[in-house]
Amino acid sequence: MWSRERIEWRLWHVFRVLSIIFFLLITAFPFYWMLNLSFRPFGDVLLNPLRWTPRLEDIRMALAPIGCIWQNAPQCEAAVRNSSYVAVLVEYGFLTYIRNSAIISLLTVTLTLLFAIPGAYAVTRLDFRGRDMMSWGILLIYMFPAIVLGIPLFVFFVKIQNALGIRMRGNLYAVTVIYLASTLPVALYMLRSYFPTIPRDLEEAALIDGCNRLEVIWRITIPLAVPAIATVALYTFMIAWNEFLYALLFLVENQRAWTLPLGLQQLDSQEVPRTFLMAGSVIITIPIIVIFFFFERFLTRGLTAGAVKG
Amino acid sequence: MTEHTFSRRRSLSLKAQEARLAYMLVTPTVLIVLLIVIFPMVWNVILSLQPIRLSNLPTINLLDFSNISLRNYERAITARGGYFWTVVRVTFEYTIGSTVLALLMGLWAALIVRDTFPGRNIVRGFLLFPYIAPVVSVAFIWKLMLDKNIGVITLLATKVGIPPISYLTTRAYPIHLFGLELNFPLALFTVIMFEAWRYFPFAFLFFLARLQAVPDDLYEAAAVDGASPLQRFWYITLPQLYAVAGTLFLLRFIWTFNKFDDIFLLNGGAAGTEVLAIQIYNWLFARRNVGVSSAVAVIMALILGVVVFIYLRWVAREEE
Repeated sequence: MWSRERIEWRLWHVFRVLSIIFFLLITAFPFYWMLNLSFRPFGDVLLNPLRWTPRLEDIRMALAPIGCIWQNAPQCEAAVRNSSYVAVLVEYGFLTYIRNSAIISLLTVTLTLLFAIPGAYAVTRLDFRGRDMMSWGILLIYMFPAIVLGIPLFVFFVKIQNALGIRMRGNLYAVTVIYLASTLPVALYMLRSYFPTIPRDLEEAALIDGCNRLEVIWRITIPLAVPAIATVALYTFMIAWNEFLYALLFLVENQRAWTLPLGLQQLDSQEVPRTFLMAGSVIITIPIIVIFFFFERFLTRGLTAGAVKG
Repeated sequence: MTEHTFSRRRSLSLKAQEARLAYMLVTPTVLIVLLIVIFPMVWNVILSLQPIRLSNLPTINLLDFSNISLRNYERAITARGGYFWTVVRVTFEYTIGSTVLALLMGLWAALIVRDTFPGRNIVRGFLLFPYIAPVVSVAFIWKLMLDKNIGVITLLATKVGIPPISYLTTRAYPIHLFGLELNFPLALFTVIMFEAWRYFPFAFLFFLARLQAVPDDLYEAAAVDGASPLQRFWYITLPQLYAVAGTLFLLRFIWTFNKFDDIFLLNGGAAGTEVLAIQIYNWLFARRNVGVSSAVAVIMALILGVVVFIYLRWVAREEE
């Protein structure tokens, strides 16, 4: 019997399978293609742009220098010269950029948590004048355009640099403070929606037992909020790791302070083979994908809980 | 009586103590926000009223308010024969196009992943990739896939008869439709498609969470009443999603309106894709005019504020 019910289910089923294939294709293929092109010599890409997989010797050539880390064979010099990954890491300075990105991201995470945990706790649990205003303020700042903040901050940086003689533009640590403008609201917002789920009774019991508020926060609230704090830390890390606009505005002057996204963007010129550009892209993307696969559960929950900006 | 006043005073002082602790806890956050958000936000307005160029920035006195005028705004709006209005129009087309497409794609993805199937978790993980990957690398990979000579998409398109075009730098592509020649804004379209690809996972997660919260008995009751699957989707699922779609639209609208990175990395705002955020950057660094740049920034923040205000009023009225 071909009832309407059955026809529609059949069609939906077919449509669903096709859709899943479509979505897998559009989400996974670009990353596969990035990997593919990062291994293939650019000359070969120009000749055979549609070669679907790198040849075995291409992969071997790109990865050969790994064997040279521990031994110093005579063929190593050539191996290092021919590898796209080594070229990007050593010649184009990506090792420095990795270090800078790691410093700036970890510092941003630490500072964000240091500021956001007490702040969010006060807003959710304590009663004080200006509390509502602060709640609204968080939301407002969350929506405010980064580029609009960029101009005055840029002007201040130039002025401070001139007046005090401290290097501001191209200073990794000064820029970390600015990164807080994009991470703090996210962190406050996410924690503010998590803290109320911790039972008040537990805190009140501890207060009656003679703990003061700070001890309560340290001994009860923070341990119970570890999943949320971990999520915030991961997101903050990812925001800082991926951040591009502020790096472009404030770090471009000083190549030694470039972060990975800025370093990669500066690599985008006619003289640089695309193979290197793709190797650089792989290097930036891998840590994010690894973090994502290890902590997927935290991250998907956090995304909807805090509506992480992007 | 004495006991009563005593306890009241004590509770008051407890309250005061709590408030004091609260201030102590929020002070660092408030200070940093004042320093890097509020203060710059306000100062930006002042900058937009002063004649400041990048070259005289080191020597100019920022506190000299004798030259205050609206000339920067005038310049921003009238420069290059009113090109500003084109930029505003493009910004809206880009924002609305990207937002709507991202939401539709997100809804589509959420619907197909709602029911379990083998490998569902893996598929869900993959669907989030475009959103979490660094914008720099995804922009470059798409740029390369859309390259006129070696792009894999361009070359595959030639196999179905589409001539090799430079998708990201063609301002208008002539299309013949029913004897009419239309100029299709190809670069803008490509950028919008990129945005839809990159941001649909965000909508997808929200829609999925909402879909999974719809109680099953609603569907069962409708099925008993003889509603077909399509009818169930139309009359049960969709109405459940209106609220979350409204929130998503607002969030994505605001964030896309401000977006700088994506277009800057894809084609630098060439070929009719210059949006306000890119124009601010160009005034600052290409034309080295700080004053006009901040004037455009103020205008952008104002437009955004007005749009959000109207939207919220409208939503509030709908809900009444």
